[in-house]
Amino acid sequence: MLDNPAKPLVSVRDLKMHFPIYSGLLRRRVGEVKAVDGLTFDVMEGETLGLVGESGCGKSTAGRAVLRLYDITGGQIAIDGREIGDTPQSQLREMRPTMQMVFQDPQASLNPRMTVEAIIREPLDEHTTLTPMEKRKKVAKLMDAVGLNRKFAARYPHAFSGGQRQRIGIARALALNPKFIVCDEPIAALDVSIQAQVVNLLEDLQEKFGLTYLFISHDLSMVRHIATRVAVMYLGKIVELADRETLFAAPLHPYTKALLSAVPEPDPALARNTNRIILQGDVPSPSNPPKGCNFCTRCPAVMDICKQVEPEYREVKPRQFAACHLYNET
Amino acid sequence: MPHGTLPVLDVQDLKTVFKTRAGEVHAVNDVSFHLQKGELLGVVGESGSGKSVTMMSLLGLLPMPPAEIRSGRVMFEGQDLLTLDPKGLRSVRGARIGFIFQDPMTSLNPVFTVGHQIAEPLRKHMGMSKKRAAERSIELLELVGIPDAGRRLYDYPHQFSGGMRQRVMIAIALACDPQVLIADEPTTALDVTIQAQILELMKELRDKLGMAVIWITHDLGVIAGIADRVMVMYGGQVVEHAPVHELFANPQHPYTSALLKTIPSISGKRAARLTVIEGQPPLVLGAPTSCPFRDRCAQAMPVCAVKVPPRYDVGEGHDAACFLVDPLEVANAG
Ligand SMILES: Nc1ncnc2c1ncn2[C@@H]1O[C@H](COP(=O)(O)OP(=O)(O)O)[C@@H](O)[C@H]1O
Ligand SMILES: Nc1ncnc2c1ncn2[C@@H]1O[C@H](COP(=O)(O)OP(=O)(O)O)[C@@H](O)[C@H]1O
Ligand code: SF4
Ligand SMILES: [Mg+2]
Ligand SMILES: [Mg+2]
Repeated sequence: MLDNPAKPLVSVRDLKMHFPIYSGLLRRRVGEVKAVDGLTFDVMEGETLGLVGESGCGKSTAGRAVLRLYDITGGQIAIDGREIGDTPQSQLREMRPTMQMVFQDPQASLNPRMTVEAIIREPLDEHTTLTPMEKRKKVAKLMDAVGLNRKFAARYPHAFSGGQRQRIGIARALALNPKFIVCDEPIAALDVSIQAQVVNLLEDLQEKFGLTYLFISHDLSMVRHIATRVAVMYLGKIVELADRETLFAAPLHPYTKALLSAVPEPDPALARNTNRIILQGDVPSPSNPPKGCNFCTRCPAVMDICKQVEPEYREVKPRQFAACHLYNET
Repeated sequence: MPHGTLPVLDVQDLKTVFKTRAGEVHAVNDVSFHLQKGELLGVVGESGSGKSVTMMSLLGLLPMPPAEIRSGRVMFEGQDLLTLDPKGLRSVRGARIGFIFQDPMTSLNPVFTVGHQIAEPLRKHMGMSKKRAAERSIELLELVGIPDAGRRLYDYPHQFSGGMRQRVMIAIALACDPQVLIADEPTTALDVTIQAQILELMKELRDKLGMAVIWITHDLGVIAGIADRVMVMYGGQVVEHAPVHELFANPQHPYTSALLKTIPSISGKRAARLTVIEGQPPLVLGAPTSCPFRDRCAQAMPVCAVKVPPRYDVGEGHDAACFLVDPLEVANAG
């Protein structure tokens, strides 16, 4: 794409997040969960980068690490031109308004004892010097923007359905006019007929406020709908990253191929004619990943080298990155 | 019966309510369906549409109160399950009718070995000796694709992965060669690549063992891949029912059509914008007096607010509970 002037809003280089495992009476450190183990990607201004993969592959950890909700094990994170990878938590405060998060479970992420108005206003209380009147106006505007009836501002979260609760979470995330929002499985807990409502809302808000999203999901059909580019994770690493069309039409990595072929197609004629790649076995533990390529224990195309050498993550074709020895012939 | 042969399971006008402080929740309203030998009936609907309560009603698994089965008949092997005493029911449940629920972690007992839990129905229902039951347990674990079955018998549920636990659940459900297997969202908690393994296994087992299966899911993609016939539930009612190809090619109920349009496809044309079904699914308090989908239906007519639409037969083994398929009602609405 020559006419693509997009520049990265978020730049992540070799991001690592390892969690220590303690054991025994003395709580000695006996190992670590390599939840995120060397991610490199950009999120372009105004785009939606989809982050997909199966549960436990490190998507949430990656999203939280990028927002520096953790002290990361290694790597660089630049957001809006500022390096925050090693910024101490105390100094991150002023960056917080720029970057926000929307969570999977709207039930668990909203304080049940606060009214909707108080929930949405909370970030304004913490980060702005607006007058109470200005805050009220802002909250009302936010409720309009996400399609919540202003009349319900004094109600508590339990009085709302799952879809409406997700709207409350989105309104709060928008309160400080962020540029970048990590959406961590924002529709996974919702019914099919409600998912489309929330996805359309996220798309409208992106257009209206010029937002950039990292959209984490295990629902590949939905990611195909919403994402500009897609990154596929397996066991703490990105195995492939490409433009949406390329990734779904011409995936390179054997894991991407298997993952796509496992998605049930809602069309009986197609569903019965596709040749599914059925992966054998389970995902290895991130505390003890296999040597070489981390997919080598399940890969249908595994070669000898895969069990020895970790494949390099590189641009195999223009704008299509993959980490796989199949594409590393010299 | 449309097929000439007698169905293995025949449910007529099942009605289940819950007495709650907010009022009577009419969770299952006059649900009727049948199941032929060797066939796989898919049941779809969003959460709260009454899928689980329907199946738990016919297996006698609901706590009463608050549940009450108001009416209905569930014919299985010449008897009405709703009239059986608890002992009679127990001899059917887990034996002639096997079942699997969504979360294998809560359905398997964490303090017993997997071998013990598979052997239990074999000893109870089939009177097998300890030794014979252990042999059969190994066969069953092998059947559902658990490697090293002889050794795994002595493992506890937490020593298995999610997909493997679901395989164990299937092994238990199949232990006594059931005529009917009821699977309630058995793959919902699993990842897609593991779900694909289980669906493949299920297809194989059905061909091999020839049992009839009821497969509950909210995923139309899963239905498209494995069902012979489909029943769509909404607000405690069966709103549409058809052979699988017919349902996807020719949906008659506005809810089914909207649902098919609202899910994005993984390989078809990508829509610029998703089609939305506005509003929320209903909580049916009190006996229904209208179409459950009326508030969200783009084509609702006055009659939809005052009568419950019956299931109109539209041919090809296909029926839909919508006044739009009744030319008289459409003409009246003019
Ligand atoms: N705070 C933590 N401490 C230890 N391990 C963790 C922690 N958070 C996540 N993990 C582990 O990291 C891996 C990745 O988890 P997660 O990022 O939640 O995956 P996903 O969101 O893709 O399902 C999992 O093995 C998980 O158990
Ligand atoms: N123990 C109960 N008490 C009151 N209402 C119940 C109970 N169990 C289920 N229900 C209600 O019955 C309806 C159908 O539930 P269910 O069959 O579980 O739906 P599904 O399986 O389709 O998601 C829902 O409205 C639910 O709230
Ligand atoms: S009966 Fe009426 S309200 Fe119900 S689906 Fe049909 S047209 Fe819509
Ligand atoms: Mg997660
Ligand atoms: Mg259910």
